[in-house]
Amino acid sequence: MRAVITVIGKDTVGILHKVSGICAAHQANVIEVTQSVMQDMFAMIMMVDISQLNSDFSALSDKLAELGKTEKLDIHCMHEDIFNSMHEI
Amino acid sequence: MLNTFNILETIRMIQEECLDIRTITMGISLLDCIDPDIDKACQKVYDKITARAEHLVSTGEQIEKEYGIPIVNKRISVTPIAMLAAACPDQNPVKFAKALQKAADTCGVNFLGGYSALVHKGFSAGDLALIHSIPEALAVTSNVCSSVNVGSTRSGINMDAVALMGKIVRETAEKTADQNCIGAAKLVVFCNAVEDNPFMAGAFHGIGEPDCEIHVGVSGPGVVRAAISKYPDASINELADVIKKTAFKITRMGQLVGARASGMLQVPFGIVDLSLAPTPAIGDSVAHILEGMGLEYCGTHGTTAALALLNDAVKKGGVMASSNVGGLSGAFIPVSEDAGMIDAALNGTLCLEKLEAMTAVCSVGLDMIAVPGDIEASTISGIIADEAAIGMVNNKTTAVRLIPAIGKREGDMLEFGGLLGSGPVMSINRRSCEKFIARGGHIPAPMHSIKN
Repeated sequence: MRAVITVIGKDTVGILHKVSGICAAHQANVIEVTQSVMQDMFAMIMMVDISQLNSDFSALSDKLAELGKTEKLDIHCMHEDIFNSMHEI
Repeated sequence: MLNTFNILETIRMIQEECLDIRTITMGISLLDCIDPDIDKACQKVYDKITARAEHLVSTGEQIEKEYGIPIVNKRISVTPIAMLAAACPDQNPVKFAKALQKAADTCGVNFLGGYSALVHKGFSAGDLALIHSIPEALAVTSNVCSSVNVGSTRSGINMDAVALMGKIVRETAEKTADQNCIGAAKLVVFCNAVEDNPFMAGAFHGIGEPDCEIHVGVSGPGVVRAAISKYPDASINELADVIKKTAFKITRMGQLVGARASGMLQVPFGIVDLSLAPTPAIGDSVAHILEGMGLEYCGTHGTTAALALLNDAVKKGGVMASSNVGGLSGAFIPVSEDAGMIDAALNGTLCLEKLEAMTAVCSVGLDMIAVPGDIEASTISGIIADEAAIGMVNNKTTAVRLIPAIGKREGDMLEFGGLLGSGPVMSINRRSCEKFIARGGHIPAPMHSIKN
């Protein structure tokens, strides 16, 4: 089972660190990261393995949403099934 | 494999184009709650609903978090209450409405539908008592919805019921005049009502359905609008194709959420209703889709054709995305719940007669339309009869949800707030149809009803 975390917002020091820190704390293993900074906008898509989570999924997404609020970033954490079902036949 | 474009497209649909799951609706049969003692029956109704739907709201919230998609409403539909009222003659069915409201409060759902009667061929025990109690039931409850089916393609139109419903709609509005006549917004008069509709106010759990099941109603006018705006010069065929592809994606999401909810609640999966259901929010309008196709305002010439194209393409795209398509499935055209419809009605482009024509090709009927407070009950019946005739002859569901705006005149605004929105009071034809309605009786079923 995997989840997709997307982060968009103004680039600052340590965004990747903070997001991956939350993933580590919940035992979500980072599999793949695509990241780019255009002008001063930071955009990242992170694929994480959630099969070994030490909490339920909503605890992880709540924590990431909280980080989004304090850092003024647009963070979404969604189960990969929603993308697969929408874009694959 | 997932790619960046697809991921961002899904997120954009949800964040910017108002894509959401409009409702998860649990259908619950109350046939095993029938009891000649109305108090016992009410207790059984309350117990069964609260047992079956105990985790409905929390499950919905969990799925919202898991997939990052808003699920706007959690609802319940039940067996038409007239069937339970039939066992308790001489009792006031409003007791059932109160029991339903109490159950809705305990479960925390947004709406509970099924204070209903099916009288398309005639009235059976319990039907008349229930219909007469609708105005009071909707005035003393806040989340209970009511519907009455007065006609069908197979059986024709029960004109006695049509005449009665004109009075009931008016009385329901009068009883809630101090709350912007909200009672009438919770009452739908149907022809060819469907048994697995997850949308309110017309949801009820048909007697052919299983004991308990989960239906999902998707939405997404904003997504369709955004998709067609990328093709300003495309031909109609290309537009139909764009709409089909978009409807496919929206429906797949409904299928996913429905399957997940059904698994978590251990209740069979009923249907996905792939309706484009607008809300008053900016960018969530069906009228704006039609305008995006090239109409200056919704309601002008060409609107019916554009809506026919939209309704058909939505179904074709959705059918492949789910094996359980049902409910009403198509495009809704409520006036007060759609920012574009409100604008078009305000500037005079959209009138009641055009809306009636549009209902011949949309998924339901005349919906959320405020009419002058001094409207005659027989005129409401006339409107219901016209709409039922369109449904009967065209083999489709049609419905009327009119709100007589008590104390208001043409051009005034009626405000409901929330998903119900606000709407201008529309003009009606003032010539009388009273004699026609007063005849009573039955409009025979059309020739093409004899299919066997």
